[in-house]
Amino acid sequence: MNYFLNFTCCVFFVTMGCAQENYPAIETPSAINYSFELVVDGIDIPWGMDFINESDLLVTELSGTLYRVSDGIKKVVLGLPEVYLRGQGGLLDVALHPEFKNNNLIYLTLASSLGDNPGGNTSLYQATLVGNNLEKVSLLYKASPNTKKGQHFGSRIAFDEKGHIYFSVGDRGNRDQNPQDISRDGGKVYRLNLDGSIPEDNPFLSSPKAKQAIFSYGHRNPQGMTVHPYTGVIWVNEHGPKGGDEINKLESGKNFGWPIITYGINYSGTPITDKTSSPKMEQPFYYWVPSIAPSGMAFSTSDVYKDWKNNLFVGSLKFEYLERLVIEGNKVVKREKILDKIGRVRNVKQGPDGYLYVGVEGKGIIKIMPL
Amino acid sequence: MKIIVLIYLLSLGIFSSLLFQNKTKKESIKAGSEIYQDFCLQCHLSSGIGVFGVFPPLKASDYLLENTNLSIAGIKYGLRGKIIVNNEEYDGIMLRQGLDNEEVADVMNYILNEWGNKTSAFITPNQVSKISKSILE
Ligand code: HEC
Repeated sequence: MNYFLNFTCCVFFVTMGCAQENYPAIETPSAINYSFELVVDGIDIPWGMDFINESDLLVTELSGTLYRVSDGIKKVVLGLPEVYLRGQGGLLDVALHPEFKNNNLIYLTLASSLGDNPGGNTSLYQATLVGNNLEKVSLLYKASPNTKKGQHFGSRIAFDEKGHIYFSVGDRGNRDQNPQDISRDGGKVYRLNLDGSIPEDNPFLSSPKAKQAIFSYGHRNPQGMTVHPYTGVIWVNEHGPKGGDEINKLESGKNFGWPIITYGINYSGTPITDKTSSPKMEQPFYYWVPSIAPSGMAFSTSDVYKDWKNNLFVGSLKFEYLERLVIEGNKVVKREKILDKIGRVRNVKQGPDGYLYVGVEGKGIIKIMPL
Repeated sequence: MKIIVLIYLLSLGIFSSLLFQNKTKKESIKAGSEIYQDFCLQCHLSSGIGVFGVFPPLKASDYLLENTNLSIAGIKYGLRGKIIVNNEEYDGIMLRQGLDNEEVADVMNYILNEWGNKTSAFITPNQVSKISKSILE
């Protein structure tokens, strides 16, 4: 009897074990081969950042402040458009135009209440940075309709090599209407030309009711986005429901399935759908079980760190570390905790000096140094 | 005569809708439950127990149940720095969620009366409007 009980327990735990963590299991490195330094302090939620040069960077604080940091000294940049603060919404990402050195243009995503309905939605702005001021601030895109929901604004910005800007808008807490409907905003990644116009080869130009800026759809809440250094493909990570966080490689016009297919369940424990795949929908490149609450995403392409070249780095808000993912072939083969217990990791980027910079809530910006 | 009755009835209607625009406690708790799903659950969880050492509990929280005004102020203006909840220290950040006074009142009524929490107090938008940021300092 005892044997039988033991056996059932074993089977039970083994199966639970499988359900608990998607391969490969997260590892804690036995030896730490890096140190870190707080290079910008006193920022509550350092949501977005981008580098002007090796000593100057722009950092957004969610509550509505844009900082220009020079050699560690923060200065507030004036002239921001009005930011709608509600739930997860506020001042989100910042990115320099690929030709910033010649034109001083920057892009911002933020929650905005512009428009008729009460509430707000995600917007993309362009502006010229002159010293610590924004000039010629212009609205390039505003998702609609406004809603007073507090969730899922997105939003990250990335560029490809062909003169396009990409940005994400989450499903805005309306998963039944937004992500699968290309005539509605929300649950989408958008692609524009750098001047805000619609690219001639965007996928839905021939559908009269579609929002023409849409590049891909069926997303939940993408808060990490970067361009792959060799393939030029845009990679996104997105918050799923419980057990359904994903990494997706974007392709024009593709449907990433939310909420029709997902590996996750409602946070209350009830199912959302029994389907994890569908012929017309894309599979994630990787999905996290348990959810790590991913935010920010960057490849390390420099020779600064010994074994980290071409690894992918993703912030975990939930478990308060930076995740290092080793990719071989088309698979994640290793996952490791970096900066374990550092705080809620909101963002990660590679600087022009090849070092990794990490935005940590309650702290600021941390630079990782090899030992 | 008809007209007078009509005017009387109309003004009565307008008057009572003005008088009774305030929700009952039950209605406020119901509205607060929706606000909670949208704005609070991701940190304090649907069970209200939070995450030990990171996000403080609301269920059976001595901080919440004994400091109504501080709790209102925290939700209204945001809360940061060291606080003690049920003998555990928290040193986190809760941003202002952008709720209006009525929404703050509703969510307070919900968290004060859910998960076994119980209070006789009924928080009104008017009470929320009078709470200033300075009490957090
Ligand atoms: C992003 C995470 C987050 C969200 C969202 C959030 N809180 Fe909090 N909350 C915290 C943290 C962190 C603290 C502790 C702050 C500190 O250490 O000073 C806290 C403290 C509190 C407290 C006082 C301490 C206690 O446990 O009694 C109350 C009350 C509270 N929150 C209610 C709410 C309500 C209501 C909402 C939704 C309107 C909400 N919170 C949304 C993170 C959050």
